Amino acid sequence: MFAYLVRRLFLMLVTLFGISVVIFVLLRIVPGNIVDILFAAAGYVDPADKANLEKELGIDQPLIVQYWHWISGFLHGDFGYSYVSEKPALQEILPRIPITAKLAGLALLFSASIGIPLGVISAVKQGTRLDYALRVVSLSGLSLPSFWLGLLILTASVAMFGQMPIFNPNPKTWLEAFATYAVPAAAVGFRSAALTMRITRSSMLEVLRQDYIRTARAKGASDAAVNYHHALKNAILPVITVIGIEAAFLIGGLIVTETVFNIPGVARFLVEAIRWRDYPIVQNLVMLIAVVVVSANFIVDMLYAVFDPRIRYTD
Amino acid sequence: MRSVWALAAMAALSVLTASTTTLAGEPKQGGTLRMYHRDSPANASILEGATYSVNVPFMGVFNNLVIYDQHIAQNSPETLRPELAESWSWGNDNKKLTFKLRQGVKWHDGKPFTSADVKCTFDLLMGKSQQKLRQNPRKAWYNEVNEITTSGDFEVSFDLKRPQPSLLAMLASGYTPIYPCHVSPADMRTHPVGTGPFKFVEFKANESIKLTRNPDYWKKGLPYLDGIEYTIITNRSTAILAFVAGKFDMTFPTHITIPLLKDIKSQAPNATCVVEPTNVSTNIIVNSTSAPFDNIDIRRAVALALDRKAFVDILFEGQADIGGTMLPPPQGIWGMPKDKLETIPGYGRDVNANREEAKKLMQKAGYGPDKHLAVKVSTRNLAEYRDPAVILIDQLKSIYIDGELDVVETANWFPKVARKDYMLGLNLTGNSVDDPDQSFYENYSCGSERNYTNYCNKEIEKLFDVQSQETDASKRKPLVWDIDKKLQEDVARPIIFHARAGTCWQPYVKGITIMSNSSYNGFRYEDAWLDK
Repeated sequence: MFAYLVRRLFLMLVTLFGISVVIFVLLRIVPGNIVDILFAAAGYVDPADKANLEKELGIDQPLIVQYWHWISGFLHGDFGYSYVSEKPALQEILPRIPITAKLAGLALLFSASIGIPLGVISAVKQGTRLDYALRVVSLSGLSLPSFWLGLLILTASVAMFGQMPIFNPNPKTWLEAFATYAVPAAAVGFRSAALTMRITRSSMLEVLRQDYIRTARAKGASDAAVNYHHALKNAILPVITVIGIEAAFLIGGLIVTETVFNIPGVARFLVEAIRWRDYPIVQNLVMLIAVVVVSANFIVDMLYAVFDPRIRYTD
Repeated sequence: MRSVWALAAMAALSVLTASTTTLAGEPKQGGTLRMYHRDSPANASILEGATYSVNVPFMGVFNNLVIYDQHIAQNSPETLRPELAESWSWGNDNKKLTFKLRQGVKWHDGKPFTSADVKCTFDLLMGKSQQKLRQNPRKAWYNEVNEITTSGDFEVSFDLKRPQPSLLAMLASGYTPIYPCHVSPADMRTHPVGTGPFKFVEFKANESIKLTRNPDYWKKGLPYLDGIEYTIITNRSTAILAFVAGKFDMTFPTHITIPLLKDIKSQAPNATCVVEPTNVSTNIIVNSTSAPFDNIDIRRAVALALDRKAFVDILFEGQADIGGTMLPPPQGIWGMPKDKLETIPGYGRDVNANREEAKKLMQKAGYGPDKHLAVKVSTRNLAEYRDPAVILIDQLKSIYIDGELDVVETANWFPKVARKDYMLGLNLTGNSVDDPDQSFYENYSCGSERNYTNYCNKEIEKLFDVQSQETDASKRKPLVWDIDKKLQEDVARPIIFHARAGTCWQPYVKGITIMSNSSYNGFRYEDAWLDK
């Protein structure tokens, strides 16, 4: 077990090192840097001013030196300063993480709480008008881009209620705070809910045709008991897998949703930082995400090993 | 008895009328003006900025020596008002401009304002101080200034190399606030300190900018507002919907396109909306250093092919202006009159005739119906650049030029233009003050950093200096018109149109004036107020 743990840990470190190199190199491959952008916005270039600014930001140094400065700082918890705001990068990143985390969490909750029950209903009522209606809804969810849906929600809210559900940084009540996140979470979670519903439906249909379901019915179990106790319990595994995968894809949807609903989360911030070529923000933020994902995988691998002895013996 | 009742009724009516007028017209103290901001500015330092995204939120933090009257839409020499300077005077040879400064003014941190601050500011701008600005986009404005001298704490003089009446116009721009000596340029980028009506509270990138009332403002009783809050919303649709829903008191100035203005008027019919020129011209930059545009005939053909009215009709529903380099009248002070403008090749009303002439020039250069010239039309990846570029490509087809749109990301646009890595480009040029010196020297003088096409005509450069030294505006105007005409004839940077844009605010917002010949100078907001 110890050797397995060491091997996994080593693999994790190598992966993180590889990711850090990829982030660093990709950012430098993209044409232009912060100095180019600042002067492009000003519509002029003074070579002396440009050189001074590059020197001040340290982007005149050889790439290997720049990489070393960044990665050694990252390992020591020194994330450097944002090129744009000139504030500590960590100070810029940290307050935004909970906002996106809440939004992502609510979106996943929405996805599961809407998608699973509707999927079950659709499967149980297979071939009925309700089933067809729900399938149309799920197909719509998969087809509608979340930014378009977001704009539609905003337009409808203004037209029908004269209200605008955009981000409120200082909600006065718990309900207001919930509303601030709920509408955008619904917009971004609609697609996931549709996918969850379809997977639940197909998985349920498969399970409902199994012999043990027929047996349960023959033994006089109620429909609810059969559907929820026997069938759903076994149909849920692929659904959980899909929700897990969706969680990773959610970041893409959050970028546009945070923009449309003007939510100051980390996803929109990352895009803005890339636009400005704000290396300290982009590098450290992406690296933080990578550390979280790789660590989560590491923990899962460890848990697999704990629960399934075959893994640690055969690995 | 009847006359007594009539008199009483009349008296009551007059009292009521008078009181209503007073109530409606008298500014009220208090309230926070809520506005959305179109993007997140790089920093808070106006002196280092080159976009009105910085001026709009931060102009209220500062004062200038002089300023354009904030309630007269057209900036002109007649609308210059003293601000931190109480008065100014020119020396006999028009080479010395002396300001008497206001006493008792304090910076937001409590330190007194003196002539040393003025000297520091302009030494910084001229690159003469120990401290440096990270970017200094308007250094060239002060090319004719020898030095700044102080006489005591409340008098400061600008010693000029030659007379330059336009200097006052540039000092009145929103781009020329006075900075404190005791705060470094780096600190001014993150936490600006001024003498203005509003104090800086915070700037959260991509989120918000907050200003609060300066209770010690040197203009007693001002500002009326308790503060101004700018919420940064980069998505225009979201921002406009939020305004319609009443989340904001005002849109970001000149941010509303003409088609969108219709939507706002239909959804928020009570909103006050104005459309004004932005003094931003859309123009063509031609790389004349390499083939095929090193041939003046082809450059002239491009200029002749333009149907400017079509651009204006398609993009602005007819609400934009056709002119030369200078913003056309009536909003523009220095623009050519229409009859003179129409004598310039390509500006005549008969587009077909112009294009026939253009075809002849193309045929002379070896192109025709069987041999088209293929060009890339480069432009920035922003709607206000892309949309006219598409129309341009369509119009060039009529003179045997097949254009292909080459969209360039903002980060790469200027480096690409600077290294002449383009054939034909569609560009926007903003003028912060409606003044020939700012426009001519910046965009057309030999060696200027913003002279993207490297147009260089020593003869016309001499004319720049002649008009620049002319103190009589009525004599200066014809000189400016002649220069402008020559620039268009030389196809230095063919101007397609001058844009207009809209600004809206809720009916209870008072004291707002949108400038009609500049987008950079009208955001002090010291006497804006909310009638609610």
